Amino acid sequence: MLEVANLEVVYNDVILVLRGLSLTVPDGKIVALLGANGAGKTTTLRAISGLLDVHEGDITKGSIRFDGEDVTEAAASDIVRLGIKQVLEGRRIFAELTVDENLRTGAYTNKDKQSVTDSYERVMDLFPRLKERRKSVAGYMSGGEQQMLAIGRALMSNPKLLVLDEPSLGLAPLLVQQIRDIIVDINKQGTSVLLIEQNANMALSISDYGYIMETGKIVMDGEAKKLLGDEDVQEFYLGLHGEEGERKSFRDVKHYKRRKRWLS
Amino acid sequence: MLASLPLLLAQTAPVDPAVQASGGGLTRFLAMLVSGIALGAIYALLALGFVIIFKATQVVNFAHGAIAAVGAYLTAYFAVTLNFPGSLIGGPRWLQWSLSAVVAILMTAVVGLVLERLFIRPMIGEPLFSVAIITLGIDILVRTITDDFIGTGVRPVGDPWGAGIWNIGGIRIAQTQIVTVLVAAAAMVAVAAFFRSRTGVAMRATAFDQEAAMAQGIGVGRIFALSWGIGAALAAIAGIFASVFPRSPGVMATTTAFFAFRAFPAVILGGLDSVGGAVVGGFVIGIVEVAAGTYLSPYADVLGVGFQGIVPYLVMLLVLLIRPYGLFGTKEIRRV
Repeated sequence: MLEVANLEVVYNDVILVLRGLSLTVPDGKIVALLGANGAGKTTTLRAISGLLDVHEGDITKGSIRFDGEDVTEAAASDIVRLGIKQVLEGRRIFAELTVDENLRTGAYTNKDKQSVTDSYERVMDLFPRLKERRKSVAGYMSGGEQQMLAIGRALMSNPKLLVLDEPSLGLAPLLVQQIRDIIVDINKQGTSVLLIEQNANMALSISDYGYIMETGKIVMDGEAKKLLGDEDVQEFYLGLHGEEGERKSFRDVKHYKRRKRWLS
Repeated sequence: MLASLPLLLAQTAPVDPAVQASGGGLTRFLAMLVSGIALGAIYALLALGFVIIFKATQVVNFAHGAIAAVGAYLTAYFAVTLNFPGSLIGGPRWLQWSLSAVVAILMTAVVGLVLERLFIRPMIGEPLFSVAIITLGIDILVRTITDDFIGTGVRPVGDPWGAGIWNIGGIRIAQTQIVTVLVAAAAMVAVAAFFRSRTGVAMRATAFDQEAAMAQGIGVGRIFALSWGIGAALAAIAGIFASVFPRSPGVMATTTAFFAFRAFPAVILGGLDSVGGAVVGGFVIGIVEVAAGTYLSPYADVLGVGFQGIVPYLVMLLVLLIRPYGLFGTKEIRRV
């Protein structure tokens, strides 16, 4: 179980990005983290997987615990060893390496040969497409295949918690569905998932629980089903406006100003 | 280093006596080719180490030559001065020497690791330009210390082949050159095999995208250190074979360190970030240099003695004019 408590993150010593963010990812669940651009979603993930250093970021307050162990200041490689694996935004596959080699980098922390073979089989079962392209150079694959590779690579170390940063980014609707189904499959096999998405509809439809963040804080959280039905979420994230066929005048639209800031 | 550039250019490879004695026509051409490949193998090793460090850490390592000199000096020290470990285990002469060389190469690799840990690791995240300047400082530091150990004279590395020459159907080939090519080939195969291993794949991944590599749990710091270790070991091998007949009578203060700068055209030719390019570039530059020495020597009164020493730089300039990113380099604009 991942527990983030009152996290505060500062970039370059001056830019305060997270202001006391708390969230929990229980074992075996899918949790969605939604928010507009610049809300601090990716920063949250960086803090969890120990990648803040690269971006001159620092955790100034709060704590991150995974399975009872404090990982607030842990190095990225130790966090991976403990079982948290992040799929970075924009896939970030090693384009010059082949598919197999990409998968081997994912298994870097896993020294047990048998378990590497098992993970490899699992990935090949989940993504039959990768099996066909095992020997090809990863950079020449399509966006969808690259996203599959990025998720497969993450699974190679057999993580307990998979952290996904916008897996549907830049993919066709059909592929988004495919990725969605795969996330559900992975979760069914016993891996907890923390999912970040712009595509709120897709994220909430498969999640157990959802958090909505704005300017570095959680402003709303609840059961995914409840959030899906929430009037505000519908309006701001799902793009639904009241009854179908109802024409909105500008004056009606303006009412969002009233709700621009949510109270949590 | 820049102030001593004229010295660097003036000090050129002596014309290979074996090639000169090989008569004319085809035999002379073949002898020239072998000599060129041997010289090219040394350049290729230097370039390979340089590129491995550059690819993994984005650091232009100006201390590469100094490290090569460390390897050559340590070999001279272990093989000639101490006779370690040869005096302990006995065995044939070539085996004793090879073991001394292996000890020296491993120690040079450790020197590379230590240098990375002390001077480069604290600079991670700083502008690459600053790091490059730091390697210039490392070059001066390491060179000064090694020069002090070497002294003013020439230290033979004590290789068992000496000035031996094989005569194969009239083609006269220095024995050391065959050894050079074989050892270099073995080192290149080892590097190629390493890049297929778990750690090697991790190194290539790190070279491509550091953050993504970290997200896979790869210890990027360890990969950096390892690249310096491998680079230093390859430089040491090159340094040793640059200090044997017919190139040089032994390790010399400053001269041996500066020899490595002649591999720079090879690196540029192949492309700074291409491992394969470094090897190809090394051989091309080696062959071109020896060919120039062999065929242009009659025109010494026009071109001047030692013209072959600047031919690699001419080739480099030519390549840079046509393909600024090198023959095999990645075509991209890199901010340095």
